[in-house]
Amino acid sequence: MKFGVVQFPGSNCDLDCYYALNDIMQVPVEWIWHKQENLDGFDCIFLPGGFTYGDYLRVGAIARYSPVMTAVIDFAEKGGLVIGICNGFQVLTEAGLLPGTLTRNECLHFICKQQTVRVENIDTPFTGMCKKKQVLQIPIAHGEGCYYADKETINGLEKNNQIILKYCDVNGNISKQANPNGSISNIAGISNKERNVFGLMPHPERCIEDCLGSDAGRLIFESILIYLEKKNILFNHKKTPS
Amino acid sequence: MWFVKVNVGLKKGVLDAQGKATHQALLSLGFSNVKEVGVGKLIELQVEGNSKEEIEKQVRDMCKKLLSNPVIEDFKYDIEEQ
Repeated sequence: MKFGVVQFPGSNCDLDCYYALNDIMQVPVEWIWHKQENLDGFDCIFLPGGFTYGDYLRVGAIARYSPVMTAVIDFAEKGGLVIGICNGFQVLTEAGLLPGTLTRNECLHFICKQQTVRVENIDTPFTGMCKKKQVLQIPIAHGEGCYYADKETINGLEKNNQIILKYCDVNGNISKQANPNGSISNIAGISNKERNVFGLMPHPERCIEDCLGSDAGRLIFESILIYLEKKNILFNHKKTPS
Repeated sequence: MWFVKVNVGLKKGVLDAQGKATHQALLSLGFSNVKEVGVGKLIELQVEGNSKEEIEKQVRDMCKKLLSNPVIEDFKYDIEEQ
């Protein structure tokens, strides 16, 4: 089992993702430079948060044409797991791997805070370890996290259970008050129809240890590991402690 | 040389948070007759080419692929030879 963390110019959550995978989950992980065109041997690719290319033009718009993205699209089409967090989610929508787009927060402010989200679908490689409707506290930090898609697309997402996470209050209630950025239907994370591409605005890599205020993010990482293990890709993934 | 001005703006029905905030600011400055504000982008290009038709075809392609996001944005352009 091998994980990859893509580094675009302007990525800034790449180290956090690497730390979560390498130090906490203790799985093999490699950096993937944005010019890399081959993803052979990887099982799961992380597109981390940040401000790729300074968010110029539109968030994620320029990163989408990085050489690595052709390989990521190919990897995803072959069934490889791809997870885009925050700016990574924005890159995935720009690349057409996920429907809709992320626009300026309704309140216009950059929001950086702890947020509760409800798991809407546990039948995915990214949420298999969660309980149905489980409420997770995961931090958000974005200026452009307002999910938008036309009605037809939203209906399709709902019908196919592609809405994976929704913003909610601490009790799991989905309401306008619990929606930090104006996203349609309180959407915080979605997958593609095939369930192997997942984009989310909250940062699970920032809450993987108690000392970070919450370890709810571990569930996302553990879900991926369990999913890949079940696929029999490899069992001896844990590094032997030196 | 062809001078191209591309205007990218939000489609009707898409929340224009920047436009709304700017509208509010204009109203508070006393411009009470302002009824609507939309905030978009102006992208200026200088392009070499032989004909306006050729440039127009390219510009439309650029807009669809990169300069605008068809999910939420519309584009308009103006092409002049100088």
